[in-house]
Amino acid sequence: MSYFSDIYKGIKTLLTGMSVTGKYFLTSRKGAITQQYPDNRATLKMFERFRGEVVMPHDENNEHQCTGCQKCELACPNGSIEIIWDRAIDETTGKKKKKIDKHVYHLGLCTMCGLCIEACPTDAIVWAQNFENSTYDRTQLTKVLNRPGSKVKAGIED
Amino acid sequence: MNISLNITETIQDWLMSMMPEGVASIAAMVSVALIYLIIFAVAGLYLVLLERKVAAWFQLRIGPNRVGYWGLLQTMADALKLVSKELTGTVKADKFLYNLAPYFVIISSLMALAVFPFTKEFQAFDINIGIFFLIAISSVGVIGILLAGWSSNNKFALIGAMRSGVQTISYELSVGLSLLTMVLLTGSLQLSEIVESQKEGWLILQGHVPAIIAFMVYMIAGTAETNRAPFDMVEAESELGAGFHTEYSGMKFAYFFLAEFINMFIIAAIATTVFFGAWLSPFGITESLPWLGVFWFLGKTIVLVFLMMWFRWTFPRLRVDQLLTLEWKYLLPINLVNIVIMAVMVWLNLTIKF
Ligand code: SF4
Ligand code: SF4
Repeated sequence: MSYFSDIYKGIKTLLTGMSVTGKYFLTSRKGAITQQYPDNRATLKMFERFRGEVVMPHDENNEHQCTGCQKCELACPNGSIEIIWDRAIDETTGKKKKKIDKHVYHLGLCTMCGLCIEACPTDAIVWAQNFENSTYDRTQLTKVLNRPGSKVKAGIED
Repeated sequence: MNISLNITETIQDWLMSMMPEGVASIAAMVSVALIYLIIFAVAGLYLVLLERKVAAWFQLRIGPNRVGYWGLLQTMADALKLVSKELTGTVKADKFLYNLAPYFVIISSLMALAVFPFTKEFQAFDINIGIFFLIAISSVGVIGILLAGWSSNNKFALIGAMRSGVQTISYELSVGLSLLTMVLLTGSLQLSEIVESQKEGWLILQGHVPAIIAFMVYMIAGTAETNRAPFDMVEAESELGAGFHTEYSGMKFAYFFLAEFINMFIIAAIATTVFFGAWLSPFGITESLPWLGVFWFLGKTIVLVFLMMWFRWTFPRLRVDQLLTLEWKYLLPINLVNIVIMAVMVWLNLTIKF
């Protein structure tokens, strides 16, 4: 007897599917998810989770949180990050300490895997949501993430 | 044979006044053929646009909206592009059959259009075996598909064509039998008489339960006959490239593409004629204006076409074995039982008539 119950179940599930897509069809005018991109580039906002490029946030005193530990450089599977570091005398303790000179990020090599951001122990680097990354010259894709004259935020290593 | 070129009576009379009778009737036939060709080429293009728009709405997209107002000229532009493209082919193709195949497909689907009664007058070819003609002509198209697949000298194309053979030959049975179920009610194969008999209520009401079963079987089998998703084993983009028309380009590809959409229109138009009273308005509300029949006919057809698009954008695809199981183990037995039920019903006068 499973023959007839199969037919019944088949028709019922097909109708369930059709009612779902039918609802989408009726509401599509309000909720189209298409972005008509070049027309709305001024107002287009990307989602929080969107991976545009890796950036290093700086606060108002031009201080970032990167200690120069190089964990991001090691974590990156394709060598998109290069840390150029140096040692300098720390004013408070008077000891020599590692600090970054340049945090070089090659956007052209980056696959947006996010491993560097997960590896960073001090959350010094985060994702930015910008989406217009194309340039006419690929040297512009090599970026220095720490701003000139910036220094590490005090107490970030403790 | 009962040939009457209803819509051309005026054209024919006018031509008759200028040339001898034989020439005039041939000229009338040619002019009707040209009119149909132009109307349905354009209609096919707009069906493609409709499909793309409907697909977009089902998927919460916008669809074509750049060429012309609201994207209305999109498919025209596509057709222009296809006309201007180079016709490529494979080196070891069977050239003659390779070039012949697209015409087989498009001509067989255009031929089927001739018999539809768009209104009482607007019917090019009121043949007395109308339904039989439609069933017969719809199986000619598959020869074109088989030829295309075989002559392309391409494995994907051949597999696609063979699947098409399997599929069309199986589902033709169900299409034919479900239509015959309805013919039991009308007692005639002639489309104009089928419409005439529906003046007492559309056949889907007259035949109630078995008619509804026949309609469901017909829509499933009809969708399978047009080789559309969820029965698109023939094209199967994910596994066969483009199936039987992998090796075609430009206008020859466009013929296959257009034929698919015209076939969809034909399947819906047959359903309109046989189940939903063709050009008859519901309850005869516009009976005094017979030319409005065109809009009723097209309206009903578009609703059914939309139903097929709804199928396409909802259901997952079938495997080949599932496809054949559905036909031979479900549709066909149901159909045979249904036809007996319908016969008993007609015999006992259990039909509903207004
Ligand atoms: S996102 Fe991945 S590829 Fe890009 S810099 Fe970070 S670790 Fe390297
Ligand atoms: S960005 Fe983070 S992981 Fe990379 S060097 Fe700086 S602190 Fe270390």
